[in-house]
Amino acid sequence: MLKLVPLILLTLSSLFSEAQTVITGKIKDSRNRPMAGVSIAIKDSYDGATSDSLGNFRFKTTDKGAQILQFTSIGFKLLEIPINLDGSTITQNVVMKEEPNELTAVVISVGTFEASDRKRAAAILSPLDVVTTASANGDITGALKTLPGTQTVGETAGLFVRGGTATETKTFIDGTLVNNFFFSSAPNIAAFSRFSPFIFKGTVFSTGGYSALYGQALSSALILESIDLPEQSSASFGLSVIGLNAGFQDLSKKKNSSWGVNYGYTNLAPAFAVFKQQQDYSKAPEYHNADANFRIKTSRTGILKYYGYWNKSQLAFTNNSIDTPGYYDKFSLRNTNTYHNFSWRENLGKGWKLQTGVSFSLNEDHIKSGLQDAAKKDILLPGFEFKQFGLVNKGSFFNARFVVEKRIVGLSILRFGSEYNYSDEKTTFTAYNNQVFPQEVKENLKAVFAESDIYITNNIAAKVGARWEQSNLLKKKNLAPRLSLAYKFSKQAQASLAYGEFYQNPERKYLPSNSALTFSKATHYIAQYLKTSGLITFRAEVFYKKYDALVKTTSINGLEQAANNNGYGDAKGIEFFWRDKKTIKDLDYWISYSYLDTKRDFLNYPMEIMPNFAAKHTASLVVKKFVQAWKMNLNGAYNFASGRPYYNIAYDGSNYKFTDKGETPDYHNVSFSINYLPFIGKKNRKVYDVYVLQVSNILNLKQVYNYQYSYNGLRKEAVVPPSRMFIFIGAFISIGTDRSEEIINNGL
Amino acid sequence: MKKVLFLLVLLSGSVILNAQSDRYQKAMQQNVIAIDTTRTMDGWRELANNFQRIADAEKTQWLPFYYAAMSHVMMGYNLANGQLGGFADKTDPEADQAEQLLNKAEALSKDNSEIYCIRKMIASLRLMADPMNRYQEQLPLVAQSLEKAKALDANNPRPYVLEAQDKFYTPEQYGGSKTEAKVLFEEALKKYETFKPASDIHPQWGKGQVQFFLSQLK
Repeated sequence: MLKLVPLILLTLSSLFSEAQTVITGKIKDSRNRPMAGVSIAIKDSYDGATSDSLGNFRFKTTDKGAQILQFTSIGFKLLEIPINLDGSTITQNVVMKEEPNELTAVVISVGTFEASDRKRAAAILSPLDVVTTASANGDITGALKTLPGTQTVGETAGLFVRGGTATETKTFIDGTLVNNFFFSSAPNIAAFSRFSPFIFKGTVFSTGGYSALYGQALSSALILESIDLPEQSSASFGLSVIGLNAGFQDLSKKKNSSWGVNYGYTNLAPAFAVFKQQQDYSKAPEYHNADANFRIKTSRTGILKYYGYWNKSQLAFTNNSIDTPGYYDKFSLRNTNTYHNFSWRENLGKGWKLQTGVSFSLNEDHIKSGLQDAAKKDILLPGFEFKQFGLVNKGSFFNARFVVEKRIVGLSILRFGSEYNYSDEKTTFTAYNNQVFPQEVKENLKAVFAESDIYITNNIAAKVGARWEQSNLLKKKNLAPRLSLAYKFSKQAQASLAYGEFYQNPERKYLPSNSALTFSKATHYIAQYLKTSGLITFRAEVFYKKYDALVKTTSINGLEQAANNNGYGDAKGIEFFWRDKKTIKDLDYWISYSYLDTKRDFLNYPMEIMPNFAAKHTASLVVKKFVQAWKMNLNGAYNFASGRPYYNIAYDGSNYKFTDKGETPDYHNVSFSINYLPFIGKKNRKVYDVYVLQVSNILNLKQVYNYQYSYNGLRKEAVVPPSRMFIFIGAFISIGTDRSEEIINNGL
Repeated sequence: MKKVLFLLVLLSGSVILNAQSDRYQKAMQQNVIAIDTTRTMDGWRELANNFQRIADAEKTQWLPFYYAAMSHVMMGYNLANGQLGGFADKTDPEADQAEQLLNKAEALSKDNSEIYCIRKMIASLRLMADPMNRYQEQLPLVAQSLEKAKALDANNPRPYVLEAQDKFYTPEQYGGSKTEAKVLFEEALKKYETFKPASDIHPQWGKGQVQFFLSQLK
């Protein structure tokens, strides 16, 4: 029996005898280039190697028998090859395929600018850029106006995109339509957007060819995504020459929910005392703003968000009357607005995602207009009774939608969903003789849409979609196809094409109408070239946009009213964008240029003409520099627009005719801002204080947006900004609740 | 005799078990030793791959996941090459990979001071890649991870090494300070004197760095 022992020992030792197999080979990618740094491993074994700069590898293993050889490299598909280890050398040459990967894949970026932290080609701005652009004045749309495709229209709120009016751009927050995105405004004074740029983490600005998920905008969609849970609890205060604000944001201990409230008060009286305004204010613009939010994580991937907003504002002023020299036009406006948005998104598993939301909003404007004599006493002049009126607008809006997303194969995705927009807008017009003209327009608009991102390879992708809408008000339906293609031909460069049809209801102003109106229509054709290295971005786009069924107006009893949908027009142009964070150390700048050739016949235009909101050439230069030694952010911006045409169009009893026309001088604006951040470098910082100095039109140039004419057409005057230069000074302090104490206590 | 045989079988079984864990120790040790001398991108990549293979084979050991994560962070630091900003597209994949691996390590070993050190390094890497846009998000993460690392193991010198390096490299106007760095390095060195890694393959890196920095600060 003892003889057995050596035998057993022998067997045992053979278990450990190191019979080795050599495995060697060369690794290439699908373009036949050697791949360095690939990890080669025998599955569930320690043995393996890393490929060298020529893609070669070689290692020995003591494993035996049937095994699996694995090749892994970031950005490439895992490659597994069965091998049999029997001591004889194995040579295994392989080709690795790129993994469909959002980081390296082609992006359907045509027509789109994105401001987000997402790492993708279209994300050429960051959320911070929106607030640090000198000419933006902290307004989201202000920053977007430095991008190609937008026009410099200073007298009206909104984004005028590629020959379109401001009403052709619609804004969406977390998917749902926002009905009164801008503050109510007085004639010839552009209002700001209502919402703070700090509540958004992502901005997608489409200047054309946008997704089938959105509609009712002939030109452009501005898609905003609100922030999720904050990083930590914080409190904030702000004080500036135009007002003050305070806020609080609380993050739960488990970091799965948060709530917050903010209040802001703005009064422009002190600023207007220093910077003389065109208008003589009896009540300088005053705003009370409050908002509240909560966000609850409903699961690891789901989040429910609420954002609510209340605003009350008023202003009143008089202006030298152009119609009746020696008299004053008086104007007053009171507005209350409330907006509430609930959204919920959740991964349903197995590649299914749901994004759903509802929003509702109430808006109320009280406008009064009239004439005053030289002593600023109200007066009613015969023949000018129309100047005295009261107008009350009351709007209720409800929007709901859901989008279901399903990941099909690789990066390919199918999305579909539905949208419902309800609006009820009541207008009460009170004439000088107290005669009341009430009006109400109700709309129920339903839409269903489907869209698919199809990745044929990592480098070729298509987005195919369609949107169907039905309007109760117009009693019409439309079906809008959308199509984009993108091809990535090198690591940094890609080209894309887009085609799409877009429908929109006639503007509220021209409703209700005695004539049967239909949707206006725009058809977009866009081609884009985009090259980006992360630090340097170059983007060029050419586009052609055709307008059909634009609203034409006629004069009925002296009032301009919608007549038909016989209007038409087109716009074509070329745009360039260049951003460079690299060439000059610590300097970041971008340049935009747009060439626009557009003509249209709509509203009261006597013929097809270049509209008065379009300039042929628009350009911007935005510069940002951070000076470490001063802890300062220096931002500058220069905006240029060539002259815009202006017209006086009058009704001669049977037709609208030109009585005068011309072109405004070129527009120049140089703005500058300094942000001072003294907290940088402080130890144990809990207080983040930022001081802002902002000067717009620093050269004090005269800027003419347009010309307006007197009622009789005999006099014209330039429409200019309310003041030439404006200086803003403010301090913003946010206090992050320090949690280190808590962490230590929990840890011990 | 049967008993002897049984004993032998038992013995051989335990030999195999021991051999298995010896093999793990040996494989780990070879790579752990290399950490203090590895400087290059290729070197760290090699280590990352080696540790990852061990991690994938073992599945239940946190150390190889931890070291693989660390190696990916170090690859990121190599890519950053001492610069600030503008390379997020290059370093983010490494940071992502490191975070994935570290999450696996944490799933196997909760409340681990060493893991929080790597968390801090990942946050720093992300911060360096695009400081202007990320400081609000990443700075608190850096601070919190360091605090937690210190709180979980007061004797661990590595949080102090990391903090000291930050002080050393950060320009003064941003709160850097060579004198404060020196104090922290000295404190770290003191902790190295008493710090005993749980085994040969448990984290022990950093002492050489401390000595190097202290020689720079003399």
